[in-house]
Amino acid sequence: MKSLLVRTLAVLAVAVLAAPSVALAKTELAWWHAMTAVLGERVNEIAAKFNASQNDYEVKAVYKGSYPDTLNAAIAAYRAKQPPHIVQVYEVGTQTMLSSGAVYPVFQLVRDHGVTIDWNDVIGPVKSYYSQGGNLYSMAFNSSTPVLFYNKDLFKKAGLPDKAPATWDEVEAAAKKLVASGAKCGFSAAWPSWTLVENMHALHDQPFADHANGFDGLATTLKINGPFGITMMELLQRGAKEGWFTYNGRLNKAEANMGNGECGVFLSSSAYIGNLTRASEGKFTWATGPLPRLAGFPQGNSIIGGATLWVLKGAKPEEYKGVAQFFKYLASTENQAWWAGVTGYIPISNSAVKAMEASGHFSKNPQQLTAIKQMQSGKTTPNSQGIRLGNFPSVRDAIEEQMENIFSGKKTAKQGLDDAVAKSTDILKEFAALYK
Amino acid sequence: MKRSVFPNRWLPYALVAPQIVITLLFFFWPAFDSLRLSLYRASPFGDRLIYVGLGNFRRLFQDDAYLRSMTTSFVFSAVVTLVGLALALLLASLANAKIRGLTVYRSLLLWPYGIAPAIAGIIWLFVFHPSYGILPWLLSFVTAYRFNWFLEGWVAMMLLIVAAIWKQFGYNLAFYLAGLQAIETAVLEAASVDGAGPIRRFFAITFPLLSPVTFFLFTLNMTFSFFDTFGLVHAVTQGGPGDATSILVYRAWKDGFEGLQLGYSAAQSVVLMALVIVLTAVQFRFAEKKVTY
Repeated sequence: MKSLLVRTLAVLAVAVLAAPSVALAKTELAWWHAMTAVLGERVNEIAAKFNASQNDYEVKAVYKGSYPDTLNAAIAAYRAKQPPHIVQVYEVGTQTMLSSGAVYPVFQLVRDHGVTIDWNDVIGPVKSYYSQGGNLYSMAFNSSTPVLFYNKDLFKKAGLPDKAPATWDEVEAAAKKLVASGAKCGFSAAWPSWTLVENMHALHDQPFADHANGFDGLATTLKINGPFGITMMELLQRGAKEGWFTYNGRLNKAEANMGNGECGVFLSSSAYIGNLTRASEGKFTWATGPLPRLAGFPQGNSIIGGATLWVLKGAKPEEYKGVAQFFKYLASTENQAWWAGVTGYIPISNSAVKAMEASGHFSKNPQQLTAIKQMQSGKTTPNSQGIRLGNFPSVRDAIEEQMENIFSGKKTAKQGLDDAVAKSTDILKEFAALYK
Repeated sequence: MKRSVFPNRWLPYALVAPQIVITLLFFFWPAFDSLRLSLYRASPFGDRLIYVGLGNFRRLFQDDAYLRSMTTSFVFSAVVTLVGLALALLLASLANAKIRGLTVYRSLLLWPYGIAPAIAGIIWLFVFHPSYGILPWLLSFVTAYRFNWFLEGWVAMMLLIVAAIWKQFGYNLAFYLAGLQAIETAVLEAASVDGAGPIRRFFAITFPLLSPVTFFLFTLNMTFSFFDTFGLVHAVTQGGPGDATSILVYRAWKDGFEGLQLGYSAAQSVVLMALVIVLTAVQFRFAEKKVTY
């Protein structure tokens, strides 16, 4: 008993003596993020590697819950004047962050601290989404874009060729055959508004909102009830009625149905590759293809989703110096290639794409190439550079509510989309009134 | 009522002080802050605060979706409370009988209360799930109708109601059991002798004598289904399909914490607060008179 006490005291004494020297030597930088499971482990790995690479700064990666939770935590902390240095914010929060006045723009931070990062190396779709006046306001981190997945086993059973359907006509034909051959779900999609409305508009060079999707000024109304939007929703409504399209819920809930081998054709984020690989192991085989196109509409490009790292105001200069160093480390080709390789997110710099090609990564993981090829072959136009809306999460909600009303046949495609536009206009007007 | 006498004048105040501080700090302060915020259009990071008077409330009551949500909430709460209490009373009466292994049944019946609403939702989600749920699978033998709560509002609503009732069931049962055991058997025996059958005995004696318990549980279940079911909705339907299961408390959360429309969300919480105050006041004013203690 006594020896235990003595030993405990000794350990404590050493800890007390040793701790200040460590704490004094390193400036701590808080990084709040929303990455779970494997992705969370990778984030910790990044922080650990950076911490080991130098002696001045210590990045502390802290998981703060879902994307909305993380943003709310950062907002609360900022209002309490104790903000984290770096916070990961999802793409729909971009306008909120840009308007907030709480942000230290990344391009400026890096320049102010004498660090050079080659921003021109950042791939176009990512750069355009998060830039204002040609300058990146947040540090590109995890980006993905939707692609098409198909279940090879179900295709074989249905007598379909082992090839991804390239158009919506082909998707419909394949899904019908799949259902006829006993598949429970011919076609389905995760993240309904993102894959089926936002991305379909961008992919076909159709405007999603006014003011160039909110890039030329605060958007005030959506444009999704035009001929393209209606055609798209009528197609899906018919699909739901005829049984070749199964709606499986909001967020990524539908991934459960693809993952257990029910669905033949499926749309989701390219970042789903990792999880699908694990879910399908030993059960079924699958492959990816570019997003299906609707005949008669022009070529645009798919847009990205995911999140970026924002730097908040209110920290000390020497801490910002550390953040700049950390971002330089993050932006290195080696790091970008590693991060994209282990997660399935798209590499965000051209040099990382080249490095991955050179190392033969894509010949080993061909499915990861689909998203990159899709983005490279697309045409970046004002309609496909991204979407920037105030209160975007509420707008997305309004759209998904009406998608459900359309798919269930409660409303016509036009009626549903008109209602979504009316509700969104109200939401956007509120945001505009705040920042007029 | 019996008056307790404390030796020191200040001791009773000191004893209730912690509770009062907690109430002021965690209930009154946020409530007043919501009241204040509901009059503003506020930016998330707090840099803009524009006074709009009753603008947020006007926006609320001009929104059909909000009025629909109010109906949804009342229907949901009423069904959860009434069906939940009726079922609990029925099972409590049965569990009050003298049968073998009674304690085991009782313990089993109490279990669901220990489960968080969100978890209860997930459990029932597995039962109802259109592709791997057991219920749609069983029903597929009887009917060709597809019970898909991703698209059918009423199926989603039913799922939530069942889960909420089930979750609250153990709690209601425990109170009813205690209430039943407090009833003097002599009274029931006397009625028996007078020729009253079990049903007559229940409605003439047991039910009136249980009225304080019923009253208490009614208020509690209404509040539970109005507020605590947030986790359930969040985990299972996210308010959909369409806005079929978008109850008031879920909307307030969604507009506030996902949509970051703080003033608008605060206005919704003020409406909720007013509703609960009115509801409780009405219950105490009218229902209490009919309750026999």
